Amino acid sequence: MPLIELRGLTHVYSQGTPFEKTAIDRLDLTVEAGGVVGLIGHTGSGKSTLISHLNALLKPTEGTVLLDGEDVFASKASIRAARFRVGVVFQYPEYQLFEETVYADIAYGPKNLKLEKDEIDRRVRQAAAFVGLDDAVLDRSPLELSGGQKRRTAIAGVLAMEPELLVLDEPTAGLDPAGREDLLEKLFAWRRARQATVLLVTHDMSIAARCDRLLVMSQGRILMDGAPADIFARGDELTAVGLDLPAPAHIAALLRQRGVALPPGIYTAAQLTDAILALWRKGGAPC
Amino acid sequence: MLKDITLGQYFPGDTVVHRLDPRTKLLLTVVYIAALFMVGSWGGYALVFAALAAVTALAKIRPKALLKGLKPLVFIIVLTAILNLFFTAGDDVLFRWKFIKITYTGLDRAVAMVLRVLLLVSGTFLLTYTTSPLAITDGLERLMSPLNRLHVPVYELSLMMCIALRFIPTLIEETDRIMSAQKARGADLETGTLPERARALLPLLIPLFISSFRRADELALAMECRCYNGGQGRTRMKQLHMAGRDAIAFVLGAALVAGILILRRLGI
Repeated sequence: MPLIELRGLTHVYSQGTPFEKTAIDRLDLTVEAGGVVGLIGHTGSGKSTLISHLNALLKPTEGTVLLDGEDVFASKASIRAARFRVGVVFQYPEYQLFEETVYADIAYGPKNLKLEKDEIDRRVRQAAAFVGLDDAVLDRSPLELSGGQKRRTAIAGVLAMEPELLVLDEPTAGLDPAGREDLLEKLFAWRRARQATVLLVTHDMSIAARCDRLLVMSQGRILMDGAPADIFARGDELTAVGLDLPAPAHIAALLRQRGVALPPGIYTAAQLTDAILALWRKGGAPC
Repeated sequence: MLKDITLGQYFPGDTVVHRLDPRTKLLLTVVYIAALFMVGSWGGYALVFAALAAVTALAKIRPKALLKGLKPLVFIIVLTAILNLFFTAGDDVLFRWKFIKITYTGLDRAVAMVLRVLLLVSGTFLLTYTTSPLAITDGLERLMSPLNRLHVPVYELSLMMCIALRFIPTLIEETDRIMSAQKARGADLETGTLPERARALLPLLIPLFISSFRRADELALAMECRCYNGGQGRTRMKQLHMAGRDAIAFVLGAALVAGILILRRLGI
């Protein structure tokens, strides 16, 4: 049974007013448990609206959201259950911090879960360790932290709820390259350790290239769905909906145009260097 | 969702009413309110209603929009009607049942009061429907500028009003965002006892306060970077100009007051 199943999901904002806007248009999607699913699409394609349905923050205008085959909006209890099973980290989550200490802020979610004190303590420390916050930071005020540390605190606040599906909306926006790489590594490690599923919304094609499965959204619908290699092979269609290719895929495409016989499906730097080196060894300079 | 709340209530348009100088509209609204309290006969109410209907039609505002604006006031209107209906003293009893007594005077006064409230509110709505908040502040500033001599900081006051209006949509959006984020962490804002619910608001209010201070700080910095030094010697890109239509509007306003006074004298 798929973890998440969306059937005919439609969401219309401000219905019945002059400002009416269809953000999601009859969208079907299934996500199986496990792995990292990437969601890309230009601004306004409906990504953020889509993820707000996964943990029952927004009620669909039409269609259903199934979590483990059960309708999320069946009852108040099922809505609440979905909030805890699907953890959502919104864009710039550091603005949600409010507690006096980092520890208390991370503990906010587990406390709402009504867990035992020891269990809360275990989860807070574990989540903090996962994102790389050491014990000394836990007693400080979240407002004194650096931007990167604030971001980690906010993400830890959702990790501490130990969701089965973790949804992150642009988790690395505004971080420097080193911080971005570090945070991604930690999130991937968390997913492997917990055997959870991650849905990653991103604008960064180098991040999208590292997902197991990639969804491309445009005008409220899923335009493409498949392995990154297959998606990035359709460069022209991606450009048509306002997206671009990861730099290695772009370079490979340009080289192919110049007559270099590179194999298809190249989208990471490692694949590109390997392919060029293979050509080189086969017989002299490829160009 | 909070986003669905329309604030400012301004309906952009390009009618004569929209193009009137905001000062004219502000002054005429005051005249209109004063006129409403001078009404002393049913004919007067009819005249005011006719004037209101004419302006609404001119501004191409759908009557439905005006009625929608009145919805939140239903409680006050009903209360006004009941108080006047049942608690007006008089001998001309219309209806009596046990301790309930309705007099003609009471009925008369109840209807008049309800009419007055309805006309008053819809008249002021017309001002906000046809004038952007910025134009209203601009107009207010110009109207109050004589107070400058009395060392009232008129410019600063109107700037504060401007900034406050400007940030209402931003803050609504921000509240929406923080609310979503805390709900995603299992915040329960809907159930529980009153103290519990008040406490549940803290995770919402604290980030909102923090970000408001941050925004204020950033705005102040941006203003200083652009050499803001108060209203002294400031020139305007959009000058307010009184035009022929404003003169006509004032004459029509005066005619309304005169009409009301005449009808009152005649007792129609």
